[in-house]
Amino acid sequence: MALSGVEIFKHLPKTNCKKCGHPTCLAFAMKLAAKQASLDACPDASEDAKKLLGAAAAPPIRAITLGTGDKAVKVGDEICLFRHEKKFFNPSVFAVAIKDTEAGDAAAKKIEAVKTSEIDRVGQKLRVEAIAVIETAGDPAKFAGVVKQVVDGAPGVPIILVSKNPAVIEAGISHCADKKPLIYAATAENAEAMAKIAKEKKASLVVAADGLDALAELSEKVKGLGVEDLVLDSGARKAKDMIEQYTIIRRAAIKKGFKPLGYPIISFVGRDDALSEAAAAAVGVMKYASIIILNNVEKWKMLALLSLRQNIYTDPQVPMQVAQNVYKVGDAKESSPLMITTNFSLSYFIVRGEVENSKVPSWLAVMDNEGLSVLTAWAAGKFTASKIAQFITESGVEKNISHKELIIPGYVAILSGSLEEKLPGWKITVGPREANGLPTFLKARA
Amino acid sequence: MALTIPKETYSGKIYNVQLGSGAKAVTIGGASALPFLSFEGTFPNRPAVALEVADIAPDDWPETLKKAIGGVSANPVQWAKFCQEQGADIVALRLIGTHPDQQNKSPEEAAKVAADVAAAIDIPLVILGSGHAEKDTQVLQAVATATRGKNCAIGKAVEENYKTVAAAAMANDHKLIAMSQLDVNLAKQLNILLSQMGFDKERIIMDPMSSALGYGLEYTYSVMERIRQAALLQNDPMMQTPIVCDIGANVWKVKETMAPDAEAPEWGGLEDRARAWEVITASGMLAAGADLLIMRHPGAMAKTKELISELM
Repeated sequence: MALSGVEIFKHLPKTNCKKCGHPTCLAFAMKLAAKQASLDACPDASEDAKKLLGAAAAPPIRAITLGTGDKAVKVGDEICLFRHEKKFFNPSVFAVAIKDTEAGDAAAKKIEAVKTSEIDRVGQKLRVEAIAVIETAGDPAKFAGVVKQVVDGAPGVPIILVSKNPAVIEAGISHCADKKPLIYAATAENAEAMAKIAKEKKASLVVAADGLDALAELSEKVKGLGVEDLVLDSGARKAKDMIEQYTIIRRAAIKKGFKPLGYPIISFVGRDDALSEAAAAAVGVMKYASIIILNNVEKWKMLALLSLRQNIYTDPQVPMQVAQNVYKVGDAKESSPLMITTNFSLSYFIVRGEVENSKVPSWLAVMDNEGLSVLTAWAAGKFTASKIAQFITESGVEKNISHKELIIPGYVAILSGSLEEKLPGWKITVGPREANGLPTFLKARA
Repeated sequence: MALTIPKETYSGKIYNVQLGSGAKAVTIGGASALPFLSFEGTFPNRPAVALEVADIAPDDWPETLKKAIGGVSANPVQWAKFCQEQGADIVALRLIGTHPDQQNKSPEEAAKVAADVAAAIDIPLVILGSGHAEKDTQVLQAVATATRGKNCAIGKAVEENYKTVAAAAMANDHKLIAMSQLDVNLAKQLNILLSQMGFDKERIIMDPMSSALGYGLEYTYSVMERIRQAALLQNDPMMQTPIVCDIGANVWKVKETMAPDAEAPEWGGLEDRARAWEVITASGMLAAGADLLIMRHPGAMAKTKELISELM
């Protein structure tokens, strides 16, 4: 549980030596409480203080990194239950499951699907991040063969090794021991053996149990065996159980500081039907699953799931932004109308949608206003006549159009006079106040 | 360390709102906890799914969608029956043909379509105007009278026209869909205004303004989560109305549901992609607390109902 600044202060040396870079121990304590400083900065902190404050300062949900190098992904380290409270930090990782029986062509196809999964959405690159190799045949050599195929075929992609048989994991991990794989899973039956492997190979380890009480007990036990990078599987497979159990895990960790459940969650959402699998995965994205294992990663499925993940993990305080540009909507020609709006993604999407609805091909100038909506940007002095004029002039849009007319949002009609002054030779037309007025407005002109 | 299940204490509850009558009547709302958390509350009604029908053959619906509906889209009555056969809980008739930019159909014409559709089905009916605030006042008034006794939900009442639309619903014993613009306070404000004019708040279904996956879904999602928290945790009576999400209209105009395979090879096949777009949008709204979804694709609806069964 988080300690207050005053509580932390009690455990500091109280020498006000300034070696930590803060004027007093109390000031340092306040920074520690706000998680803006680390206790490491204090050279004189006692071992007891380090232990106590270290435990209190640890994030309520432990951060786990899968893999190494530039394809490594971090999960966990979340601090809230609802995105509007702050934000969700580390997006759910999607992994495709490859069964040991799929060795060869089937596995190669899935590996290729992962490698070509990257899409670009609102300026972010999104992809399937990991591959899970699943043991079904009980044969260590067969399992190791697929692991090798994955390591060779998708270099650097984080691997999840799935088997409850320690001998199988031993065989598989020999091909990726230095790649920080995730082992699935330690159970009540094999905890010692799995913990030993994870510890030796510095791998992360899933603890899997049926139900939350057994899970908490097992994670304590495995931690006691010296493995700290843990991931949880409560056995939830049905959407209902996922929402309920994941909510309890997240609440217990964040609101109660219950350490045995303070780890990221792994969710197996495999379904025979691809769309059902997508729907279950969507529930996982929204409700706290950090690693989601899918049977297949079809392009259409991943487009939907990656978009959902991007939506849910967007910072609610920082509006999504669209790149500044003059966008072509429909088959815009030289004579097509030119409109301007700000680069708040929602403004852009709504305006663009309505222009598309109108079926009048158009040019849409989107100006970088740090993601503010039209009125807010105007009020903040970021959507002014001179800034708009500069953008229009520098955008080079004049080369694409044969006219010099700019349509501005009705809410900033007040700018039309000064814009005509700043953009000599241009005609400024005031458009509708709301985007939904655009189809009527555009059709009337066409 | 033993785990004590951390439960929330809820002081509020969502109103039960019944639509239609008889054996096929549908009640939505009634939740006493955040969505699907049965370990700390009860959910007497599962979220309902309505399939949308338009009064005129919609020319702006993508091909994938038209194909899924088959040849009934020129006839709203047959279309509504088709929706019922497909397993929709409710039919949502959108009178898009009354929009001045469409066919500018008269309120009388709209009233006839609504009455005919209502007579042809035994599942409940939601009736939506064209979204033209001014025209909707006349259209919805005529429609409400023509479907009196059917216990429909009519809408959408918005800031500009709520008085007339609510009066029409009240005079003809219908429920009311009230839409605000993606803002917790505006949603509450509209419910307060409606209550002040004497409209029973327990007959309102609130529309927080939907958005499609990838196109602002997160705004609707968080507004809904906040509305539901205010309703249940802060016991705010003005927030305790069930929530409707009108998703089909948003989903089926984005590029992802329209771009052919050749245009976007990296997006996968159009048919799967488009259907998934509506299902995943629906899953988002359900997780955030939707009590009623208005959808367009019968296959997407069926899959969404499967998900609802898995969540209950």
